[in-house]
Amino acid sequence: MLKLDNVSTFYGKIQALHHVSLEINRGEILTLIGANGAGKTTLMMTICGTPRAQSGHIVFDGRPIQQMKTSDIMRQGLAVVPEGRHIFSAMTVEENLLMGSFFRSRNEAAAQLDHVLTLFPRLKERFNQRGGTMSGGEQQMLAIGRALMSQPRLLLLDEPSLGLAPLVIQQIFEIIERLREEGVTIFLVEQNAHQALRIADRGYVLENGSIVMSGSGDALLNDDNVRKAYLGG
Amino acid sequence: MHRAIFPALFAAGVTFLLTCLVVGIRLEQEGASLTVVGADAETWGWIAFAVIGVFLVQLLQQPLQRLRQRLPTADITGLLPNEMLLHRLKPWLIALVVSGLLVWPFMVSRGAVDLATLTLIYVMLGLGLNIVVGFAGLLDLGYVAFYAVGAYTYALLSEYYGLSFWMSLPLAGLLAAVFGCLLGFPVLRLRGDYLAIVTLGFGEIIRILLNNWTSLTGGPNGIGGIDKPSLFGLEFSRRASEGSQTFHEFFDIDYSSGHKVIFLYLVAVLLVLLTIYIINRIQRMPLGRAWEALREDEIACRSLGLNPTVIKLSAFTLGASFAGFAGCFFAARQGFISPESFTFIESAIILAIVVLGGMGSQMGVICAAIAMTILPELAREFQEYRMLMFGGVMVLMMLWRPQGLLPMKRPHLELKTS
Repeated sequence: MLKLDNVSTFYGKIQALHHVSLEINRGEILTLIGANGAGKTTLMMTICGTPRAQSGHIVFDGRPIQQMKTSDIMRQGLAVVPEGRHIFSAMTVEENLLMGSFFRSRNEAAAQLDHVLTLFPRLKERFNQRGGTMSGGEQQMLAIGRALMSQPRLLLLDEPSLGLAPLVIQQIFEIIERLREEGVTIFLVEQNAHQALRIADRGYVLENGSIVMSGSGDALLNDDNVRKAYLGG
Repeated sequence: MHRAIFPALFAAGVTFLLTCLVVGIRLEQEGASLTVVGADAETWGWIAFAVIGVFLVQLLQQPLQRLRQRLPTADITGLLPNEMLLHRLKPWLIALVVSGLLVWPFMVSRGAVDLATLTLIYVMLGLGLNIVVGFAGLLDLGYVAFYAVGAYTYALLSEYYGLSFWMSLPLAGLLAAVFGCLLGFPVLRLRGDYLAIVTLGFGEIIRILLNNWTSLTGGPNGIGGIDKPSLFGLEFSRRASEGSQTFHEFFDIDYSSGHKVIFLYLVAVLLVLLTIYIINRIQRMPLGRAWEALREDEIACRSLGLNPTVIKLSAFTLGASFAGFAGCFFAARQGFISPESFTFIESAIILAIVVLGGMGSQMGVICAAIAMTILPELAREFQEYRMLMFGGVMVLMMLWRPQGLLPMKRPHLELKTS
């Protein structure tokens, strides 16, 4: 579905990604784990076109997207939940969600709104509340819900567990699994390696901007090196 | 208490220095040379009074604040009709205000109507800049440039091609929008302070260009004798020009110069109502929501597939076009324009209107525009201290209501649930 081939990204002179190649298949949860500064977020943002990949190819559904404008890439059927949620804090939950379906017709948006609200009953309770007045977990749900409003085929999630309580993280991961059942392909970037690998079909380990290991979620979870480095022995 | 004594002394010192420089000493001409003259005893008394006052207020700040907190605050929300009733009354209220605006000029003096017309121009400018600053969150310090473009469009078209006001009005808006687009394109990748500086520069460039392009614009001498707007071809002058008729001849009434003033006022009302209507509609459209979303979080907007450049450009262009309309009307009202009318202070006043009104709030901008044009008129007798008072009012305003007079309340759709 999405294929990265030999992608390198630079911030000025500093190389953040070294010839990264990975592939996301339809209907799976793919997770990318790595330490702080390994380049996880950079990789995700490179897919979105900011920063732009300096070399290599990014192909989504058979179409090369590495030269497209960010705004055009985001209309191709992939959606991103940026790190740190970035909800519109002065807007209500409803308006936040409707911003997600900006390029959809009114009917499509209404149908998708119903769907998102059944996925996140909590958002229905908070429907007319300002985004900024909600708790971190609710905001994360809102960010995911907003991304889903565009009916994406591929959802990119950047650290959805960031700064949330364990119980809330649990809920978020349950929802991610639900989304897979509905046929949304998910690319999950996580620090929380244990939980991410448990629900993932496959995983990649990123270290200093290169992929050092890949395999099924279970295989990585039981790998000695991964255990030592990311799961605390 | 003694922790407050140093800040209080400092504040008193600053006050002393400033008042000394502003009112304590004066330059007076004596023959060919200027001499510094000290103020009289009474003025020094006032200065001492001010310094002591500042010192005491600063010193007793904490007790005063405690005292103020203990004072009960009046709750006036109970006096307002409840929301449902307000919603039902709204069309009637609007009709009342509009009819009041239309009837009012026939009952007051000519000067008052003239001032009201000026106020309406500022309302229009404020509403236009509100799109750029309030909705889209782009700081524009050169807004007056588009105002100038609008004014000169009409002045030049009328002088060289004899186009009428009504023909030039859309052209002025269009041309200002084109300028907005041209400026916006390169600068909208900048943000915050950098954007402000570039727009400031643009405002000055336009003014200096108008000042120096003497062959076309007449330079500092300006353009005079610009035609006033006509009512379906009826002129408001004493004698009709060739091939047209005057208003008073057509209706067979005595000529009065007041007719023209009232007509100009009514045109301004019409333009302002149109502006409010259009902006209200746009605000409810997806474009309006996109402006607001962009102001709140650009990263989120990009992640949702919105193109920030296009959205900013649309705000800039639309805002500029309203300045163009206002400028065109300004030229028609004055009958004479020169680059003098489009200095930086105009930009600053318009921006102050938007900030004082509460960014993004249309009602607030209207109130602030009224206050900003009428207060300086009322304060005319204070002469050179007018601007000082103006600054003082601004400072107080920011202390009292940092959000602006009427902070923005976003349009809200309630779904009826039975």
